[in-house]
Amino acid sequence: MRKKVIFPQLGLPYLLLLPQLAITVVFFFLPAGQAIWFSFLRQDAFGIRTEFVWFENFVELFQDPLYLDSMWVTLVFSFWVTLLSMSVALGLAVLADRHIRGATAYKTLLIWPYAIAPAVAAVLWIFIFHPQIGLLGKFLNGIGIKWDYKLNGTQALITVIVASAWKQVSYNFLFFLAGLQSIPRSVLEAAAIDGASPARRFWTVVFPLLSPTTFFLLVINLTYAFFDTFGVIDALTKGGPAKATTTLIYRAYIDGRVNLDLGSSSAQSVVLMLAVIALTAVQFRFIERKVHY
Amino acid sequence: MMHGPVSTTAAEAIARAEAAATRADASRRRADWLTHAILILGVALFALPIWIVLMGSTHDVATISRGEVPLLPGPYAVENYTAAWAEGSARTTRVPVSAMMLNSFVMAMLIAVGKIAISILSAYAVVFFSFPGRMLAFWAIFITLMLPVEVRIFPTFKVVSDLGMINTYTGLIVPLIASATATLLFRQFFLTIPDELVEAAKIDGAGPMRFFKDVVVPLSTTNMAALFVILFVYGWNQYLWPLLITTTGDVETIVIGIVRMIGSEADTDWHLVMATTVLALLPPVAIVILMQRWFVKGLVETEK
Repeated sequence: MRKKVIFPQLGLPYLLLLPQLAITVVFFFLPAGQAIWFSFLRQDAFGIRTEFVWFENFVELFQDPLYLDSMWVTLVFSFWVTLLSMSVALGLAVLADRHIRGATAYKTLLIWPYAIAPAVAAVLWIFIFHPQIGLLGKFLNGIGIKWDYKLNGTQALITVIVASAWKQVSYNFLFFLAGLQSIPRSVLEAAAIDGASPARRFWTVVFPLLSPTTFFLLVINLTYAFFDTFGVIDALTKGGPAKATTTLIYRAYIDGRVNLDLGSSSAQSVVLMLAVIALTAVQFRFIERKVHY
Repeated sequence: MMHGPVSTTAAEAIARAEAAATRADASRRRADWLTHAILILGVALFALPIWIVLMGSTHDVATISRGEVPLLPGPYAVENYTAAWAEGSARTTRVPVSAMMLNSFVMAMLIAVGKIAISILSAYAVVFFSFPGRMLAFWAIFITLMLPVEVRIFPTFKVVSDLGMINTYTGLIVPLIASATATLLFRQFFLTIPDELVEAAKIDGAGPMRFFKDVVVPLSTTNMAALFVILFVYGWNQYLWPLLITTTGDVETIVIGIVRMIGSEADTDWHLVMATTVLALLPPVAIVILMQRWFVKGLVETEK
């Protein structure tokens, strides 16, 4: 954890830590603490009287069918974003890992969407999915399939899922490729000599050996789908139509920003914090295990 | 070659083996072609949204609003890009793209440089010193990994507005600067610096700041470069935080600007939206491609 040889100064380390700790306290611990505190309070309509209501905000939240709806939307959305972006990335990584000419060129061509902001990715997909000015949207309407992601909830969900997954593929691709390249060639050759077919080799040898990467990416992609996709949803559907694409984070934004409901939005922040802590804890348990190998 | 009756079977065996090898070779070549074909298709599908926007940005608004979705370049490239750069969308936001790009650039640079600066200092303190509260400080930083800005968005917004920092660069940047990831990366790297080096520096009479400046910082340049790419992209791509903090055009970033430009869609300058999109994704994409080597290394290492 720390070096054996150290400097003896006592005041200096505090000075070095000061900038980071100051920012952490003011912009992390203070707001997180306030969120927890406010989640137990309720203000009246005029913001004059505030009373302590214990868990009432939470109870109300979990009794609100709209909140449960947005939880369901978040689950469906995250499931598909994770599945799509990871499986496409794995497929491309397996192909790029074959020793063919131009493998580096493919790598370069596949990694740059990593740099595109989720909101900008969403704007790019407008020109694919828009019913009048989008390539696919216009085509679908032309052959008689009614397509309009601003009116149809399922189509809206498909649109935000595809745009979100698209942006995440390059990140997953990089990690899968690094994972594949760290598998010893001797293992693969042994399997090949044993006469296992390529498909069999993949599912019985490569895929299990990739499981640390896969698991790590699973957590990362879920976190991405929960939080970072706010920009995609805001740019494409604004949570609509009829809340079909309102995820938990979008709902927290609407309640805090538009409805100015401090108690409820704080309670929602606390729920989200618990979700992140759970995801992080799962990840750490896993990393511990990896260390013990 | 082989002669006589005895050798026929051997010759046959060799011929069979050769045929098998040729078949294997052919099948491998077929597989290679298939691999190339699928990869090219993948890359093309990947690039399609960008291609459409790139081509669309060189046409006039009427072409795009009619839904022609041009796949080849048009004659309006110069007009569109100059209009977007200098004036922005006249029908919706009226903020020139150049101003928003500058805001995004300042934000991304300060976030990247600021994060690297404060985390290298705190990692140095945690690794090379022993002082009461060291573990507490480390855990206080570490635990912030669990609180992405999106989660604590409103409470943080309230703190920032209580401090009067709405619509300022300070409010936009400082809350995003504290990062556990960079501190952890530097800490991990510092632990690999051999003790002998510190020993030698102490014998030479170098103090901790001297050692930091002359040994630690030069050794950390690769890590800094890697972090810079990741953090610049992170800063440039921020959405929810600037959306809350910027209520006027003065500090509006380009990512927010594009979405505001689209507005209600009724009278959107689609050609300018497309040109702006290209401009908005150019800087981070350029940095990732130009610094690809450090970026991939940094990415895979920070997440471990």
